Amino acid sequence: MIHLKNIEKVYRTATVETVALNNINLSVEKGEFVSIMGPSGCGKSTLLNIIGLLDEPSKGKVEIGGKHTNGLPDSQLAHFRNQTLGFIFQSFHLINDLPVLDNVELPLLYRKVSSSERRRLASEALEKVGLSNRMKHYPNQLSGGQKQRVAIARAIVGQPQIILADEPTGNLDSNMGNEIMDILTTLNQRDKATIIMVTHDENMAKRTHRLIRLFDGSQVS
Amino acid sequence: MLLNYLKITFAVLQRRKFFTFISLFGISLTLTILVVATAFIDHLIAAGYPEINRDRSLYIWNVKEKDTKNQGQSSGPISFSFINTYVRSLKTPAKIAAVSMPSTINIYLNNHKLNVRYRYTDSNFWEVTSFDFLEGKNYTEQNIANNDYVVVINDYVRDEYVGKGQPAVGKMIEIDNVNYRIIGVVRGCPITRIHVSSDLYFPYNTSKADLKKVELRGNFAAIILPNTPSDIPKIQTEFNVVASKIKLTDTGDKWFKPDKLYVSADSYITSFTRQFKGDGEDDGVGYFFTIVLGIALLFMSLPAINLVNINMSRIMERASEIGIRKAFGASSKTLVMQFVIENIILTLIGGVIAVFLSLGVIYYLNNSNLIAYIDLSFNWKVFSVAIFVSLLFGLLSGVYPAWRMSKLQVVEALKN
Repeated sequence: MIHLKNIEKVYRTATVETVALNNINLSVEKGEFVSIMGPSGCGKSTLLNIIGLLDEPSKGKVEIGGKHTNGLPDSQLAHFRNQTLGFIFQSFHLINDLPVLDNVELPLLYRKVSSSERRRLASEALEKVGLSNRMKHYPNQLSGGQKQRVAIARAIVGQPQIILADEPTGNLDSNMGNEIMDILTTLNQRDKATIIMVTHDENMAKRTHRLIRLFDGSQVS
Repeated sequence: MLLNYLKITFAVLQRRKFFTFISLFGISLTLTILVVATAFIDHLIAAGYPEINRDRSLYIWNVKEKDTKNQGQSSGPISFSFINTYVRSLKTPAKIAAVSMPSTINIYLNNHKLNVRYRYTDSNFWEVTSFDFLEGKNYTEQNIANNDYVVVINDYVRDEYVGKGQPAVGKMIEIDNVNYRIIGVVRGCPITRIHVSSDLYFPYNTSKADLKKVELRGNFAAIILPNTPSDIPKIQTEFNVVASKIKLTDTGDKWFKPDKLYVSADSYITSFTRQFKGDGEDDGVGYFFTIVLGIALLFMSLPAINLVNINMSRIMERASEIGIRKAFGASSKTLVMQFVIENIILTLIGGVIAVFLSLGVIYYLNNSNLIAYIDLSFNWKVFSVAIFVSLLFGLLSGVYPAWRMSKLQVVEALKN
């Protein structure tokens, strides 16, 4: 499903060169639930951003669903992200000016989906995360856990094959974190979604199929 | 998608009310000035009371003689004899009217001085124009033949002279030590109707000047009304033939011996624009409208640049939203479209405010007596210009910030 080959990411300024990722080789199969762990600054989020086509590697090849993504033009990258990937971020990244339902509809906005169909699918996604009673609320009227559930609904509404979660429980207390983890596990088991999750929490990582550890930009296990 | 854009636009407008106020203030004020200016230009150019035939009339009022050897030239309004000799010889027109340039004179009424404008005209003047006679009638060819000392006054003079709404026809009025019988009272027209507005209209027989004197230049203009608008080119060609045979003035001055003459029968606007460009061989209409458009664009560009600045800072505040939209499938092109549409919505709101402000300003100008009798109107022509200008303004101020913003890297945008 996902194949990374010799991935390297280097950040350069006029005087300093920082290696964020060094020779990463990684394969994730369809339906896998993989977690990535490592200390802060080891390159976990950078790796997730490269898998999510939000950032480009300095070297190496990215292949997702049999498609090489290096050098794709902006419009094709956008289309690919829209069809194949769903994102969940640590700080939720909801659009505060839009109500919950409109936030969840967002990925469908960039597909040819009618307004009524968008409403239906977004409502269904919110039901799956137990938030059907908060559709007309605005993000700043919700708790952290509720916001993350909205973010999950947004990530799954377009039924992407891959969900990328960057510390989805990082801003939540343990109870909320477990609730979110339950939802992700269900998505993986019931809907066969491939999930890659960056986390700092060993307990959360234990609930996934496989754990990848990074240290100083290199894969150590 | 448009509904989504609308929602986000209104949400963003509400979020930073001061920015919104500054933006809308700049847009609506600029558009108001442009709309009022358009209404004024329309008022100046288009047909209107009492020149309702202006669109299908021709005007001859300026003649220029040039000494190409000594680089001298002389130009000014045509004479009454010029009209009689050269213009009235045309076969195609339905009517040819002669009207003098306006002059001012003081008249003394009930111990107070009234400074008024007056013109001399022939009887055809009343046929090529459409004055509303509140009382009485115009003078005729018979009055002129009889050398009657009669005058047509406007309602302003009537109100000052005999009292508001009081009958004036038949009364005598002394002007410059000569008594005239008031024969008619017309509803006045604004000074901006350059060839016809006046307070007093005298038949040309009462003029103290020697109108029979043969000379090219004088103090008159000719208004030519064709039978049908399709006759206009025919009349122009016919007049050009006549003009080519006009004998140049023998000045007897060795420093100024004119060898070339420029005079033409033009539409109202061209009769002015021709004066702007060179010797008058070019009609100058394109030149005139290029200048007007240039000034309008220059005028618009200042608030547009300001709006670009405001938009840049507003858009940068929305970096996170841009990152989110990109992450979930929005391409740069889609985002440019979104932000341009948002900006157009903002400027259209400004446009709507400007329409109401313009209506207020036009109402004020029409009723304030700043320019007597002015009748500016907010018509569809003006409204279309307002909409067009709003859209142009939206595009001008929206495209660059939208393009800059769409180039943001997703990861960088999400970090905000």
